[in-house]
Amino acid sequence: MKYFDSTVISQSRLTDDIYVLVAERNGADAHAGQFFMLKAWEHELTLMRPISIFKADEHTLHFMYRVVGQGTRKLSGLKAGDPISLLGALGTGYPLDQAAGRVALVGGGLGIPPLCQTAKELTAKGVLVDAYLGYRDDLFAMEEFEPHCANIFASTEVGEEGYRGYITDLLTPEKYDAVYTCGPEVMMRKVAALCAEQKTPCWCSMEHRMACGIGACLGCSIKTADGMKRVCKEGPVFPANILFQQ
Amino acid sequence: MDLSTTINGIRFKNPIVAASGTFGFGDEYNELYDVSCLGGISSKGLTWIPKEGNEGIRVYETASGMMNSVGLQNPGVRAFVEEGVAKMRRFDTVLIANMGGSCIDDYVAGAELLSNADIDMLELNISCPNVKSGGMAFGLKANVAREVVAAVREVCRKPLIVKLSPNAEDIVEMALACEEAGADSLSLVNTFQALAIDIHRRKPVFNNVYAGLSGPAIKPIALRMVHAVCKRVNVPVFGIGGIATAEDALEFIMAGATAVQVGTANFNDPLAGQRIVNDLQTLCEKEGITRWEEVRGCL
Repeated sequence: MKYFDSTVISQSRLTDDIYVLVAERNGADAHAGQFFMLKAWEHELTLMRPISIFKADEHTLHFMYRVVGQGTRKLSGLKAGDPISLLGALGTGYPLDQAAGRVALVGGGLGIPPLCQTAKELTAKGVLVDAYLGYRDDLFAMEEFEPHCANIFASTEVGEEGYRGYITDLLTPEKYDAVYTCGPEVMMRKVAALCAEQKTPCWCSMEHRMACGIGACLGCSIKTADGMKRVCKEGPVFPANILFQQ
Repeated sequence: MDLSTTINGIRFKNPIVAASGTFGFGDEYNELYDVSCLGGISSKGLTWIPKEGNEGIRVYETASGMMNSVGLQNPGVRAFVEEGVAKMRRFDTVLIANMGGSCIDDYVAGAELLSNADIDMLELNISCPNVKSGGMAFGLKANVAREVVAAVREVCRKPLIVKLSPNAEDIVEMALACEEAGADSLSLVNTFQALAIDIHRRKPVFNNVYAGLSGPAIKPIALRMVHAVCKRVNVPVFGIGGIATAEDALEFIMAGATAVQVGTANFNDPLAGQRIVNDLQTLCEKEGITRWEEVRGCL
């Protein structure tokens, strides 16, 4: 983890409100499921913004985010060459050291981006990866999964493409050694329940408002079966069985 | 210039202290910079009984500030004394244990235990709700605060800082009451009680409805309160409230504070503590200040 001045390399707009910001990595570590705190202001805004790692290349970090408020709106206005402060990599990501065999990645909406880096790291370890990507309407980032996945399943709730319905309808946990999920809590609960039925280990990535991002402020603490946990430190990835009681 | 300052016989290498609740017990920030460069660290607020804290949203950004309703999540005084103190002691800086309570007995029990621990000072958070008076904070009425401070004073064998709430009915009267009851020093201000509303849900953002406002938004009010209190009390004062730069720190010192605490700024800039210490050195030289006495309480 380090706090450093970086530079924006590019900014692209994927949909109406989803952007990808690429910044210089400056030697920071970055692993599947971790996140960075981003800041492109001095005192106009108080808090940095936590954004997951979409992709990490040797010299660059890619962040995919949706514009939801003042902070992400400011981020979306950045252009190549603009300065940006980064703090990270933060948190505990997916347990890749335990991964083997076949793993399913189940993402919903803006829970999809962190699974891209996860697919890449799993594949590099020789794990066979299937991606289940749930969208509301427009598809995005699917092509990023192609080099790293054996199979990709997509669904839209109201869109034209893919399976019409929820991505959890397509998931068959019994085929996998582990399932990693990230997305709306209602979706992750469903994934966790399906995995519990089949006794397939499942890990979920949680989202929470936070102030410091490093475990000091306790702004992102959540109650789990294993006591209070900080989403920014012990998480954002947790074993499903301590988050959701089956 | 030598930035060091002494409060209640304790020497601070500089007047910059990390404020309680924003800095944990120091170890997270120590991964980013050597926190021994700070004058002191005030620990995460402790309570006699361990607390899980509040449900729902705990932190929320506002214009030039933020609101929090963490609810004093902490491992309890006993766990801190058994494990936390030794870990904090690794840092070469003044160690302040911050403690709150929901009844006088808990405050007293905590103060007794902390008096035997290897801490330098005890900071009493009296902004907590008093369960015996319907949840009204101890720090609102001077006579209530006087009672808890006097009870703690009786058992406390460490220099006792009382941290004042800006929500007090009369901050000067409150400060005088705490001084009279035995406070060795005062720190002010804690967060301002505030409200944020989620207009889409038509509900308060925080489960507890009200939450504490901090950050640059409160600085001018905090500065006025520190100024007013310093004019009337004889004990040293730690100024707190939206300090984000060395200039802010110097303003509080000119208002009468002997040291200051930096809280919310740590979130905006995780290196804020170190930066303010370094900038303060440069600033003092630029302003031709050679001793704190030249500027402390100069207006």
